[in-house]
Parts: sequence; structure tokens; C-alpha cells
Amino acid sequence: MSKSTIKAKEPLFHIAKRDAMPLWKSWLIRLVAIVAALVVCGIVVVLLTDLNPLEVYQTMFKGAFGSKRKIWATAQNTAILLCISLAVTPAFKMRFWNIGAEGQVLIGCLATAACMILLGDKLPTPLLFLVMIAASIAAGAVWAMIPAFFKANWNTNETLFTLMMNYVAIQLVSYFITIWENPKGSASIGIINMNSQAGWFPYLFNQKYLLNILIVAVITIGLYIYLKYNKHGYEISVVGESENTARYVGMNVKKVIIRTMALSGAICGIAGLLLVAGTDHTMTTDTAGGQGFTAIMVSWLAKFNPLTMILVSLLIVFLDQGAGAIATAFRLNKSISDILTGIILFFIIGCEFFINYQILFNKKHKEEK
Amino acid sequence: MLASIALFLQRAVVQGIPLLFGSTGEIITEKSGNLNLGIPGIMYVGGISGVIGAFFYERSTATPNAFLSILIPFLAALAGSALMALIYSFLTITLRANQNVTGLALTIFGEGIGNFFGGSLANLFGEGGSIAMTATSNLFRKALPFAEKLGNIGTVFFSYGFLAYLAILIALLTAWYFNHTRSGLHLRAVGESPATADAAGINVTKYKYMATCIGGAIAGLGGLYYIMDYTNGVWTNGGFGDRGWLAIALVIFALWKPNIGILGSILFGGLYVIYLFIPGLDRSSQELFKMLPYVVTILVLVLTSIRKKREYQPPESLGLSYFREER
Repeated sequence: MSKSTIKAKEPLFHIAKRDAMPLWKSWLIRLVAIVAALVVCGIVVVLLTDLNPLEVYQTMFKGAFGSKRKIWATAQNTAILLCISLAVTPAFKMRFWNIGAEGQVLIGCLATAACMILLGDKLPTPLLFLVMIAASIAAGAVWAMIPAFFKANWNTNETLFTLMMNYVAIQLVSYFITIWENPKGSASIGIINMNSQAGWFPYLFNQKYLLNILIVAVITIGLYIYLKYNKHGYEISVVGESENTARYVGMNVKKVIIRTMALSGAICGIAGLLLVAGTDHTMTTDTAGGQGFTAIMVSWLAKFNPLTMILVSLLIVFLDQGAGAIATAFRLNKSISDILTGIILFFIIGCEFFINYQILFNKKHKEEK
Repeated sequence: MLASIALFLQRAVVQGIPLLFGSTGEIITEKSGNLNLGIPGIMYVGGISGVIGAFFYERSTATPNAFLSILIPFLAALAGSALMALIYSFLTITLRANQNVTGLALTIFGEGIGNFFGGSLANLFGEGGSIAMTATSNLFRKALPFAEKLGNIGTVFFSYGFLAYLAILIALLTAWYFNHTRSGLHLRAVGESPATADAAGINVTKYKYMATCIGGAIAGLGGLYYIMDYTNGVWTNGGFGDRGWLAIALVIFALWKPNIGILGSILFGGLYVIYLFIPGLDRSSQELFKMLPYVVTILVLVLTSIRKKREYQPPESLGLSYFREER
């Protein structure tokens, strides 16, 4: 064999898996990716609006943190997104691709709204709250356990099953909206219990959203402990890594799958409760607003760590609020926030490659290492 | 009675065509082992790219040439959606990112692009108002001239624009490609077991890229059909709705076979509009009827997983990135 043929076959570089990278270095890569993404976002906005880029970032920042009201809105939206992200996390850790959070949240909303509408005037407030909490948790858990049951027993594809359950949930909500319509013919249920305010979350220290935020904070810490220090959390990791190992050491894999999905669904149900009773006091098919899908990315980008999720959901909400402000200020369509979110997500998704792999350039002549 | 059945079938086909494009595209993609959940976003982009192409062509000339009026939006839709699929391919194949996450991000991005340009294209170029590509749309909608003379048969079989027939043709060709060509066999091998395919000398990366991009381009035509034919060239934000997800559902329903997808798409289209044809439904029961396509998909999913027949299963490596050094 002549030298030239060997040379021709040798590619310029090859890719190899990297050993664990120091934490600071991996976060540096992520930070670089986010900055690069923000630059690209800036360029896109500038191309569309002919504005000076600094002004664009300034408007974004003001849109998210510009006033006390905006800061509260940002905190509230972060809390809701965080809550749904936490919900999908245990299932993901188990490699159960639950993309049905949207539907599970909506069913939680539906259960809450049902309690408020049907029982609002009949039960004393503390009892009403208890029923609402129980109903929303049960609804979310049941909605999630249906696909889990089939996955556990017959290995039915959970990604597509949970996806379909979203639309069944949306249609159920539409169905009940036409039944509870108020006023008749408006195709919406209006503000529930407008006068009595029965079932509305109370204001804490005069802040509408504080209770929501506190509840999510408790869930965050709870889930962190559950995943890290509880036996269940350990079982979830093992089933996620290898079902066969889990079976070999005597874990009941079916039970773990169904239990974990029930937990996921239950937290989604709580998110629905917060949205209806603590935020909107009404329900539409759009109440979850696509956050069930965004949450999947938040959870994954945060590497399933509940504490990191706080930061990631804040980043996503910041973008959303900021892009909203740009849209209003420069009379653009609100959907620009989806474009910007998409760009940022692509960068963060792509940068994981540089954390997990390394590119080795092949030496031209010698292969001594 | 017969006329209303004919009308129902015709509406079912019209509803089904975007799903057929989407599902054929997704089947090609999935055969290479890529589960592209970005299809809904890609279909939005396909639609809006066609609109943008038509918008600029209609503006650029006073006497539009019929052939170019069709060709430009058509190519724009293909290019736009293939570009979206290329983003997905680069992230999942070259950078080995998680397919579900990438796909969902692509859907958010694509719907954003569709709604953003759909809502502000006219504004950006200082004309205001919503965009209506009526002239172009009429060309896309042109049915065969003798359709009206044939009565009900004409309504059911010949009343559609050319894209509808193209959808069926592509589905048939794809089915033939999978089963009767060497390269189709290679593609299926890549989806079933990329390591084996690699060992047999098949260029896994190339097949994955090609399948995903071509699949994306075909799916994008579904968006083009929706906007140019179904809605007469009028863009409404979010109007495309959940059809992209239904297209993915249809892949399961069709058991990864494009020719079953043709019947499936018409069935889904029928389930989608059946509430309009059942007399005496009040508004709330209509909402329950709209649940049907999803419930049917769930049933199919459950039944096929319980029966466990080999040829009804998804490609073995679906959803997994392939990395040669990782065994």
C-alpha cells in the first residue's frame, strides 16, 4: 500500500467521548452558547426592525424587569413554568418521555374549575380548598397514569400516547366550556365566581402571586430531596439507566413507572390549580399555553436538577417577556418571542455536544499519541 | 343523500391531504431512525415560505405568469422546510442532541416563524392588513375541467387542486421506494440497526441527513397545500392548528407504511369533520366528536403494542442518536 492511499482515507478529525468535564468548564460552555445565541437573536431583531442592538436588549430587559409589576409577572410566570418543569422531571429521569404535561395541566385546570363552579357556594372556604387540591392532584395523576399503565404492561410508546392525551384533554376542556358557558353564547366561561371569589387564592402581604410562588418553592425543594435522598429517587435513576439492572436487583419496574408518572401528573395537576385558582380565575383551552412543551426543554437543559431549573425557567420567561416588550414597542407580531426562544434553545441544545464530546484533529503524518 | 355523502368524502380528502404530506414526510424521516417532533413547525414554515414566495412574486410583476406563480411558492416551500429539517439533522445527527428536545424546539421555532411572518409580512413591507394570495391560490386550486360535469363522482375524485394528487403520488412512490429499491432497503437498515448498516458499508450519516431533509420538504408541502388550497391563500395565525401533531399520529396509525397512510389520512380527515355532517349535534357534543382522531390513534397504539407483531413496530433504533464509537 502506498503512502498516499493511507493519507487519503484518513479523515481530518474524529470525534471521541470526553471524560467528565469540570463543572465550571461545562457551565462556561453553556454561558458562551447563551451569549452567542443572544447575539444571533439581536441580529435577527435588528434585521427586522432596523434598530440599534443595544436598544433592543434594553427594551427586552425593561420588558421583564422594568417595573415592580413586571418583576412580579416575571416571577409568577417563572414559578408556573418551573412547576411544570419539575413535574416532567421524575418521569424524564426514568427515560419516560412524557410530552403530555400540557394535557395533564389542563386536566388539573378542569378539575379545579369544576370544583369552583359546582361547589363554590356550597362548601366553606377551607373545605373547598381541600377539595380543589385533592381534585386537581387526582385528575393530573390519573391522566398521567393511563399511558404509564400501558407502557408498564405492554411497552406502548409513551411519547405518542401522552401527546394524543393532550388533545383529548383539550377537547374535554372545550366540551365543559360550552356547558359552563357564561354568559351564554360567549364561548368562554368568564371569570369564575366573580362576586363571591370562592376558591380564589388569597393575597399574601397584598401580593396576588406570592402564594403561587411559595407553593412552587416548596415543591422545588421537596422534589430535590425526593430525587436525591429518597429511595424512590434512586429507583427512578436505576430504571432510567437500565431497566434490566433494575429488574435484576429486584425492583418492581412496573410499579416504579406507574408511581413516578402519577407523581409527574400530580404536580402538573397542581400547576393547573395554580393557574386557575391562583392566577387566571378562568379556564380556556389555551390556559397551559404550550408551557407543557417548553417545560420539557427546561427540565432537559437543567440536566434534571430542580435547582438549576429555576435559572433555566427564568431565562426562558425573561426571553418571552422581553420579546413581548420588543413586539409591543416596535409593533411587531408577538410570535417573535417564539423565534427567539427557538434560537436560544438550538444553541443550548447544540452546545451539549461540546461538553460530552471532543474533536480530535488527526496528526498529518505520525499516529503516536 | 348521495350528494351529501359525496360532499363529506370530498371534505375528508381535503382535510386529509395536509396530514398525508406530513405523515409521508415523517415516515421517511422515521425510517432513518429519526423521530422528528419538529414536523408541526416544519409544516408551518412550509406554508409561510410558500406565502412569502407568492407575496414577492405577485408584487414584482403586474402580469404574473401562471407557471411561475405555482413554481415559485412550491420551490420556496420545499426550500424553507428542508432548511428546517437541516437544522434538526445537524443538531441530532452531527451534534447528537436528544431528538425529542430538538424536535420540540424546532416546532416552537417554526410556529414562531409562521405566525410572525404571517402576521407581519404585510406590515414589514408597508402595506398593512392581512395577506391574501388569492390569485396564486386560484391557480393551486384549479381542478380538472370536467370535474363538475361528472356529478358526485367528479366531486369525490376530480375536484381537487394538483397538490392533492401529488400527495397521493408521493405516498405511493415512497411505499414503492421502501420495498423495491436497494437504497430503500439501506434506509430501512439504517433505521433498524445503524451499527449493522454501518458495518455493511452503508453511509449512515448520509442516509439520515437525506431522509430527514427530504422528509421535511415533503411535510412542508402539507403546509403549502393548507394555505394555498384549503384556506384560499389567506393566512390566519395559528390557523394550521394541531394538524402537524395529527400527521405524526397518522404515522402510527399507518404502521409506518405510506400506502396505508393514504387511506388513513382520508379517515382522519373524515373524523376531523364528521361533526359537521351528523345532524342534530349541539355544540358541546361537537367538541366530543372532535376528540375522535386522537382516541382512534390511542386505540391503534395500544392494540399494536399488545399484539406485538413484528411488521407493525416502529423502526428499532427510532429516537436514538447513532455514534459509531459508542458500543
